[in-house]
Amino acid sequence: MFVNQFLFLAAVLFCIGVYGVVARKNAVLMLMSTELILNSVNINLLAFAMRNGSTDGHTFALYIIAVAAAEVGVGLGLVLLVYRNKKSISVDELSEMRG
Amino acid sequence: MNILAAESEVLAPLATGWFMDNAWLIPVVPTVAFALIILIGKRLPMKGSELGVFSMVISLVLSAGTAYQWIQRVNGTSEGQFVSPVVRSWSWWQSGGFDFGIGQHVDGLSVVVLFVVAFISTLVQVYSLEYLRGDRRYTHFFAALTLFSGGMLAMVLADNMILFLLGWEIMGLCSFILIGHWWEEDANSRAALKAFFTLRTGDMGLLVGISMLYFAANDWTQANLGLSGFSIRGISAWALSGEPNSSVITIAAVALFIASIGKSGQFPLHTWLPDAMAGPTPVSSLLHSSTMVVAGVFLVARLYPVFFVGLDILGSGGNLIVIIGGITIVISAALAFVQDDIKRVLAYSTVSQLGYMMLGLGAGAWLPAVFHIFTHAFFKACLFLGAGSISHSASHHSFDMKKDMGGLRKVMPITFATWIVSTLALCGVFPFSGFFSKDEIIDNVGHNGYNTFMIIGLVGAFMTAAYMTRATYLTFFGEPRGASAGHAAHSHDPHGASAPHDSHAAHDPHGATGPHESGLLITVPLIILSVLALGSGFLNATPFGESWERMKLWVEPRASVVIADSYPGGPGESLKLASGAVPAEESHSKSVCGSATPEKGVCYAPQLNHAPFKWSKALVSLLIVLAGMAISWVLSILVFTERDPRVAGLTSRIKVLGLGHKFLVDKYYLDHLYENVVVRSVAYPISQAAYWFNQNVLDGVLHTVARFAKRLSAWVYKNIDQRVVDTTVNNSAVLTKSVGTAAQPTQSGRVSQYGALLFSAAAIAALVLVIINT
Repeated sequence: MFVNQFLFLAAVLFCIGVYGVVARKNAVLMLMSTELILNSVNINLLAFAMRNGSTDGHTFALYIIAVAAAEVGVGLGLVLLVYRNKKSISVDELSEMRG
Repeated sequence: MNILAAESEVLAPLATGWFMDNAWLIPVVPTVAFALIILIGKRLPMKGSELGVFSMVISLVLSAGTAYQWIQRVNGTSEGQFVSPVVRSWSWWQSGGFDFGIGQHVDGLSVVVLFVVAFISTLVQVYSLEYLRGDRRYTHFFAALTLFSGGMLAMVLADNMILFLLGWEIMGLCSFILIGHWWEEDANSRAALKAFFTLRTGDMGLLVGISMLYFAANDWTQANLGLSGFSIRGISAWALSGEPNSSVITIAAVALFIASIGKSGQFPLHTWLPDAMAGPTPVSSLLHSSTMVVAGVFLVARLYPVFFVGLDILGSGGNLIVIIGGITIVISAALAFVQDDIKRVLAYSTVSQLGYMMLGLGAGAWLPAVFHIFTHAFFKACLFLGAGSISHSASHHSFDMKKDMGGLRKVMPITFATWIVSTLALCGVFPFSGFFSKDEIIDNVGHNGYNTFMIIGLVGAFMTAAYMTRATYLTFFGEPRGASAGHAAHSHDPHGASAPHDSHAAHDPHGATGPHESGLLITVPLIILSVLALGSGFLNATPFGESWERMKLWVEPRASVVIADSYPGGPGESLKLASGAVPAEESHSKSVCGSATPEKGVCYAPQLNHAPFKWSKALVSLLIVLAGMAISWVLSILVFTERDPRVAGLTSRIKVLGLGHKFLVDKYYLDHLYENVVVRSVAYPISQAAYWFNQNVLDGVLHTVARFAKRLSAWVYKNIDQRVVDTTVNNSAVLTKSVGTAAQPTQSGRVSQYGALLFSAAAIAALVLVIINT
């Protein structure tokens, strides 16, 4: 099987996601990058599930998709509140917790 | 007797049966009923009384079955064979090498007392259904009455002294509760306290006696019988083994006898018993006349070998028991003459009759004394219940013979008839039951060499006849007076013994109707008891020959030497007749037990003598009794009805007689002696000493300790708290502060930086995992 290709794709997606989370200032883009990370994990799970011939990975992937949907809902809600308070969705504005 | 016959005698099997094997159920049933009455009694249709009556009926049936099977067992043996008691014991608890058992000991003595207690308890409970109807503590009354029966039955059936003590104390407690049943009256609660404290004084003796016997006997009983030093069989065998130190066993016997003095109301601790009449009449009838007060007599009868050896009963012309018994007979009979309260007359009569039992036991007349317990229970219960019947239905709850009674024979024919039967039994008139028991005691006391005390017994019989005739005359003859003449209720007698209870008076059904006969629940027990007062004497009718002496056959333990060989698994259970120990031709008439050390085997009972019955002696005592009745009858008519100037008011005219009368009315000043002299002389210095001790010793110690503690705490504050503790706290705070300052830059507040740190940490963790796994 071509497991390596799948893993490679997942790793690339993961790195892009991490880069997005760390480097972008826009809160919505950060959320999208988080989705990328989660989906790269999904690909990993499906790849190994195919290789092992079991459906456990599929189950987990479905589970993660459901959790990610909920997470996006909460995250967008947070972004909306941030925008109402700051008139901006740049995460650099949110540094009141600085020690 | 040849060897074969002896062998067959050895192997004669003793009959047994379910009732005897399970006799321990007899006290358990009322005890369980007590718990049920307390828990759910108030919710039952008859307020819990049905449980009490029902449990007593069960106990009575079980006791009757046990008695029947015991008689079968005795009848199945050959003459002179030792009838071993049916003993079952279990370990109750163990502590430090002491093994406290619990168990049953069924023999003739326990069977007869069990039956009497269960029987009288049943009748008294039935009687109480009517007598206490509507009382505010009806349920608790039945609970206490039932618990009392459980305690007494447990004591009677006890196989060891610990269980005996338990039953004994339960009875003391129930006596306290029941005397003070109407505690709203101050006099009643004081009477209850007096009874309790007087009994406690005696109970000290029981504790001391039991402990002494245990430590003296335990080694011997463990070695020879495999029994504990608490077990009654072990103590009995030890006492007759010739082993005990004479001074130890004497002191133990005296200590135990002090307990008997307290419980059985003997001189000088008899003062509680007349005051105990403050309780409801069924209580007086059950506890303070026929059952509980014989517990002291029962103790002496139960551990008879200890007293037999310790006080040298057959060897001397006087010992502690006969002296106390003799004094008690005369002084309490004299007190009965000056009482106006009918229950107090009966109370002093009880004290006097208990004196007869003690006299009998002390003089070696074991069986007549036990037989007197049996007959006395019936006729004295009947007399008390009769007095209760009068107060319930004829005299507005008054017990005052002079103020509220008289002429009642016409309105209360059943009570009158039963009273007369029981009075004749109490006086010892042939053929009523008292004749067969009391006359036997007097006869045997003389036969065993206690001649002075035989005369005292006859004087007591004269006095008994006289005071009972006086009481009968005042109650049932002459003109009706006060309440029994139908007069309205008036102030009751001042000492409060018979003061009415308010709830009791509230339902008073006869305010308008005047004196009348009591209901069936009261008269039926009276009739049953009077029939037994008449008939129970024939169970041991010595005048009619050996074949009538059933009680002697069934109850008296046989003084045979038995070999006790312990089989594994049944210590002390396998008792056999030692066929060779006693020459056969002598064994039935005279055993070595009690007089010499048994060589092979052990004795459980001493050999006692029985006086042969002679009509000449009986006629003398009968004449004395009849003379007492006649003199008292004539004097009663002259004093109370005719008011003859020659005899009426003698005490106010002749100074010596007046002083004597006052001396009797004031009860020999014994109450004053106890309350004002003994209690004060003991309690006052003790309180003084306690105050001084408190002020000087306790407070001194307290002050020193406080000063020391103050100084110590000052040092601790300066050196430990300030230096050690505070420094530690400060240093740790400084450390925390510097760590915080160092870590501050990482908290930038920028989400991207947090994300970067998170992923770096995850990457490092992943690297570590990879390295570890490869």
